[in-house]
Amino acid sequence: MAQRRLLDRLPVVHQLRQSVGLQRGMLVAGLIITGVFVLTAILAPVLAPYGYSQLRDEDGTFGAQQPPGPQHLLGTTVGGYDVLSRVIWGTQTAALVIVVAVILSIFIGVLLGLVSGYIGGWLDRVLVVVADAVYAFPSLLLAIVAAIAISGGQSSFWGGILAAAVSITVVFIPQYFRVIRAETVRIKSEAYVESAKVIGASPTRIMTRHVLRNATRTLPLIFTLNSSEAILTLAGLGFLGFGIEPTAAAEWGYDLNKSLSDVTSGIWWTSVFPGLAIVLVVLGITLVGESLNDLADPRLRTRRRADSGPHPTADVSVVPGGTVDDLAGLDTVEHRP
Amino acid sequence: MTTTESPAEAPAPTGRARSGGNRLLRFILVRFLLIFPTILILVTMVFVLMRSIGDPITAALGGRLPADQLAQRIEEAGYNRPIWVQYFEYLGQIFTGNFGTSITDHQPVVDLLVRYGGATLELAFYALIVAFIVGIPLGMLAAYLRDRWPDAVLRVFAILCYATPVFFAGLLLKLVFAVGLGWLPVAGRASVRVELALSRVPNPTGIYLIDAAQTPNPGPVYADLLAHAVLPGIALGLLTAGVFLRLVRTNVIGTLSMDYVDAARSRGVREYRLVTAHAIKPALVPIITVIGLQIAMLLGGAVLTETTFEWQGLGFQLARYLTARDFVAVQGIVALLAVIVAVTNFVVDVIAALIDPRIRY
Repeated sequence: MAQRRLLDRLPVVHQLRQSVGLQRGMLVAGLIITGVFVLTAILAPVLAPYGYSQLRDEDGTFGAQQPPGPQHLLGTTVGGYDVLSRVIWGTQTAALVIVVAVILSIFIGVLLGLVSGYIGGWLDRVLVVVADAVYAFPSLLLAIVAAIAISGGQSSFWGGILAAAVSITVVFIPQYFRVIRAETVRIKSEAYVESAKVIGASPTRIMTRHVLRNATRTLPLIFTLNSSEAILTLAGLGFLGFGIEPTAAAEWGYDLNKSLSDVTSGIWWTSVFPGLAIVLVVLGITLVGESLNDLADPRLRTRRRADSGPHPTADVSVVPGGTVDDLAGLDTVEHRP
Repeated sequence: MTTTESPAEAPAPTGRARSGGNRLLRFILVRFLLIFPTILILVTMVFVLMRSIGDPITAALGGRLPADQLAQRIEEAGYNRPIWVQYFEYLGQIFTGNFGTSITDHQPVVDLLVRYGGATLELAFYALIVAFIVGIPLGMLAAYLRDRWPDAVLRVFAILCYATPVFFAGLLLKLVFAVGLGWLPVAGRASVRVELALSRVPNPTGIYLIDAAQTPNPGPVYADLLAHAVLPGIALGLLTAGVFLRLVRTNVIGTLSMDYVDAARSRGVREYRLVTAHAIKPALVPIITVIGLQIAMLLGGAVLTETTFEWQGLGFQLARYLTARDFVAVQGIVALLAVIVAVTNFVVDVIAALIDPRIRY
């Protein structure tokens, strides 16, 4: 029983049970695509027919811009690489960048948001203005500047991954900061925090035990949305020539940049496949995020016993900001008579 | 900065209506003053990041010039002075509208804005038009047909708009409509003949849509301009169209369950009209509030779109200087864009406040 309860409380599993109809379809589709993406990233060395920087095999060099055929299922690039292999290896780069970028930005953003929201005062005001300024700025431009600062624009495998990840982090921190700070400010005035203060709990303990636990329920949602943005930013950087060198790793944005001149002469396979890879992965992750978002919003959630007409929602306890207490286990909506 | 609640909640506070005008003025003033710290923060951040790798002259010309000449040029440009002296000098320059001079071709960055800003503005304008034409009607349709299959298709379309990088959308459009079908030009803002005609107009603004009116025979010129604008406009506009679609759908669904819509429904107003005439108006207010962020996104996307279509705008120049490792020009253009974004956001916030009385400090 306790185990089932734990399973039920895992973010995605709970939502999967809660969803019905189209929403479930979108969530499942997103989970499948994301799963395939993760599996491909892990199994890339097994799946890819060639290495990402391989130019020749025992039959000689691959040749540049070869059309798709039995030797190279998706053809070869202008640089003479196998397109299919680079698409497959690219999942690994994308996955690594997502993991590093999201972990870094969650860690820093949550910490700053928590401290800023809980302590308040001038520190809070300064941080809010800074976060707002960064948030409103075109993220790609910021990522470009950060990429220049970190790697001078060119780099090795880990150098490139870190540069891309850190530049994306710079862009994401304000988003986590804003969300966590808003939640913290709201939770700060809750009765249980006041009680903890009265008992004499230290600010650190209150922040970690009482506030953080309750402020993080929107994180899975932002996590998915930012993962997809991380891929897009990485590809954008690569497209502008600030990605990872082709000898260091496969990166879809870089390949698209190199295919720019191919397009004019009608060579389509060098751009279509890496591009489709980006679209598919972002689509999958975003479908998961969107579904989580809709399921968390009682105005958008499709109910199991769906009837026609508008659904009254006034009696549902809605948290300001549009999320409901489902992740905390308060199923006010589901079990209404 | 501003907090907006979705239209489904929280009626405007009553009883304070008399001081409404004062509060609006106060809002505009505070919001105006906020521009300055915003610009200061962004410019400082850009400065710190860009200079953390050392002086820009070595970055641009290192390896191409002998060491003594390099040192001499660093000396001339003043990059050997303490960093904080350079920082305050830089702030002072920006305050007087001087964003630096590129190293590789000695162009003042402000001149780049004058010469190429019009092109970027035009591209953003086309993209916004595409976003409005595609996003708002489709968002209403998705809300009207909520949870039926067209809604699912439209929502997947909206996500696809977001999931497709603008440069890939551009490449696909080029492949199909320019190279494959040959309907539209592959790249550029205008064909050579038209560019030539536009360069001869008496008062060039750099915005071709305006300059075209001064040519002796504007008809074919406009046709040529629009033919070149279609693909870049769609590539960049779809991104924002997806955002609008989702926003309109969510908000129309929210407003459809409000009392005044129920009242209209009970008066016998048809569901179609409820969506197009009753629920859409309050649902459009959030669009105005996100448009500021969207313009920032369009500027970022413009860098990629302009590179894809060789559209000679600020973004194309930025990409060119990036490749040339001319970081003074990059820093200048990014700082300039920071100012533009900050000012645009101020204007958008004021417009939003004028429309929605709930937005106040």
